[in-house]
Amino acid sequence: MYKVVVPGDFLSEEANRAGEGTYVDDGKVYAMKYGIMDDKEEIKVVGLAGKYVPLKGDIVIGKIVEISFPYWIVDIASPYEARLHTSELTKGEERRIEFGSMNRYLDLGDLIVAKVLNVDAMMRVDLTLKDEFKIGGRGRLIEISHTKVPRVIGRSGSMIKMLKEKCNCFIFIAKNGRIWIKGSDDEMNLAFQVVLMIASEAHTSGLTDRVADFLDSFKKRRG
Amino acid sequence: MMKEEIQLIKEGKRLDGRGFEELRPIKIEVGVLKRADGSCYFELGNNKVIAAVYGPREMHPRHFQDAKMAVIKYRYNMAPFSVDDRKRPGPDRRSVEISKVSREALDPVILKEYYPKTAIDVYVEVLQSDAGTRTAGINAASVALAAAGIPMKDLVSSVAVGKIDGEVVLDLNAAEDNHGEGDMPVAMVARTNTITMLQLDGRFSHEEFERGLKLAVSACRTIYELQRTALLERYSESVGEGEA
Repeated sequence: MYKVVVPGDFLSEEANRAGEGTYVDDGKVYAMKYGIMDDKEEIKVVGLAGKYVPLKGDIVIGKIVEISFPYWIVDIASPYEARLHTSELTKGEERRIEFGSMNRYLDLGDLIVAKVLNVDAMMRVDLTLKDEFKIGGRGRLIEISHTKVPRVIGRSGSMIKMLKEKCNCFIFIAKNGRIWIKGSDDEMNLAFQVVLMIASEAHTSGLTDRVADFLDSFKKRRG
Repeated sequence: MMKEEIQLIKEGKRLDGRGFEELRPIKIEVGVLKRADGSCYFELGNNKVIAAVYGPREMHPRHFQDAKMAVIKYRYNMAPFSVDDRKRPGPDRRSVEISKVSREALDPVILKEYYPKTAIDVYVEVLQSDAGTRTAGINAASVALAAAGIPMKDLVSSVAVGKIDGEVVLDLNAAEDNHGEGDMPVAMVARTNTITMLQLDGRFSHEEFERGLKLAVSACRTIYELQRTALLERYSESVGEGEA
């Protein structure tokens, strides 16, 4: 069902259907990445590994790594760092954040949920905040490859829906491969385990059913 | 170097029993290093090399960044225990040169424009050496790069040919390299027949060169198939149980 391809593999003669993860040479389509071929309207190759590159509009989980007035520098699990302007925290307000008081709002190591506002040609990444942006407290952060994110979500959200129901956890998945889980300790551990399982078997078919079986057998064992 | 005469070909066979156009046994394993973004273990006869790829990641120092594309850094390094007499650790003239030509052998297939301002680090460690380590290193690095999800046009395959007792032969081992008359490592893109590295040490006649190159090209095709199979197998086995 899934066809794994390596860079340079011939995919098709129809150059007009060449999509992401492919390139056209001499009117033929070849794979540009080591990944899984997706042959629908477009011929695409979805990578099995690789680093996250921010795209405008993506929702990401970031970690504050540096304060450099008037920006927070945010690590977004990517080769590119992002920045968040102080005005993002005081949108629609009179007050301004003064130099030297930035750490009172967001300090080093804090986690935020943000949207990629813009990525310029120099790969400078600007973030903007949503209403509920700070995450923390009793929860766990998992980091997986961003290429596995669609699998954790599942087809039209089937996998994540099941996870949330069966683990009884709050789960938030960001585009950059970071996942925030909140729930009781036991349930969090279970969700953590299952997410790692999905990530390590992301390339296999019938995964949703196997995850369902796993969750059911786990529940049974505990009674 | 002392040059004693050694008969390298006996009754139409080489010292290790191979024919003239025969490769040493090859073993490829993908994803051997857990913390690298991509890795590959490669054996070519008694050569044992391991390649690790990290990145694309932020380039440091900053002034080495390229605003338009990723920068490839390649380090070929021999372990002190990889040869008979202990090799003094650290970079030397030879390994710096090999790092440079190997990087340039891989450079043309990597689509660097996708990751501007970043660095892609390739580390090749030679654990055991028996002539032909640079070609083994390029083969390993090429697979490791693909495994790391780096966008590239093709895989690069590499092999050496040489001349012993007046005969052009494929894939020299250490004895043949030391006592033979020439050594020619070749790296190429097997599918498009593009040569990305070609070195020659020794003296070849025009005909010998052509024959050697032909041998190398067909051997590279064989190696390419092995590289490709190694990558495909990694994701075809485990459809059943998880590998935790």
